[in-house]
Amino acid sequence: MALVDQEHMDDTGLSLSEAAPGDFIALLKPRVMSLVVFTAFVGMVMAPGVPNPLLAIISIAAIAVGAGASGALNMWYDADIDAVMGRTARRPVPAGRVTPGEALGFGLVLSAFSVATLGLMANWTAAALLAFTIFFYAVIYTMWLKRSTPQNIVIGGAAGALPPVVGWAAVTGTVSMESLVLFLIIFLWTPPHFWALALFKSGDYERAGIPMLPNVAGHAATKKQIFIYALLLAASGILPVVAGFASFAYGAVAAILGGGFVWYSWQVLRMPESDVSMKPAKALFGYSLLYLFVLFTALLADRLLASLGLVS
Amino acid sequence: MDKEYVKPTEAQLKARRKRSIALAIALAVFVVIVYIGSLAKLGPGLFERAM
Repeated sequence: MALVDQEHMDDTGLSLSEAAPGDFIALLKPRVMSLVVFTAFVGMVMAPGVPNPLLAIISIAAIAVGAGASGALNMWYDADIDAVMGRTARRPVPAGRVTPGEALGFGLVLSAFSVATLGLMANWTAAALLAFTIFFYAVIYTMWLKRSTPQNIVIGGAAGALPPVVGWAAVTGTVSMESLVLFLIIFLWTPPHFWALALFKSGDYERAGIPMLPNVAGHAATKKQIFIYALLLAASGILPVVAGFASFAYGAVAAILGGGFVWYSWQVLRMPESDVSMKPAKALFGYSLLYLFVLFTALLADRLLASLGLVS
Repeated sequence: MDKEYVKPTEAQLKARRKRSIALAIALAVFVVIVYIGSLAKLGPGLFERAM
């Protein structure tokens, strides 16, 4: 029997880990994390009250790590399907650089530390919401919905929509109608964003056996759903004005951005079945990322201008 | 009985060293966060308690 000098053996035999710190950072899904940080930050800024800047930074960091932890748990559970999709095959677990056990342990430890830190440094309402977000993404979405229903990203999108609610709660200790409006915007944004991707990556999802809407209901039904969600999203973008926590200047920006989203979705709806390059779907996917970033930046700018007395 | 050992390769040792450094940095950052956060959260009251 071979013994390993000082090192732990993994299931594959005698190979020892060559995982670099960068592989563990990749487990945190840094690009998703950046969106979480940004939307949580907007939630904090929009909330009434001025938090201690140090505690605000620590809270944002805790929310970011919590989101990253849920990403690590997702990569642990989904390693089998990640391995057969071109977009995800190079992730640390399917590529064999990090063992599933390491990813699971990493995700669980970071989940516990992020929730405890947020609870101690901000409040336990925010911490409970962060814990719920991690649970919802890792268990409800990843383990259950993703492989069982084409509505996976509709319901699962709630996890991605919660960060501004957590950010708001970190400042106020409560969940308010305003923070739920921010939740609603991201919640309605998620389906058309992912379905645009699923349209031009449907082969990948089919190989992995994931019941995304284009694979289950067909491209025509998906395009219709994208368009319906685009209309709802465009309307929800204006809700901050209706709810009274953003100005008409923001409303104008939101209306233009929403109009753009509907226009790109209309192009997808008109896309012929024979179109294999699917440029309209790729364009919508790209625009959707820009939409969310600019819309939330507009909310930030609006709040800043309001604090300077430049808009009402 | 002769024991057969697996010697880590250079690449494995290098990766382990990098992981150790990253872990040390992460722990140090966490300690600083808890220290600064406690001061910011509790203020001078942190030191005003019965021993």
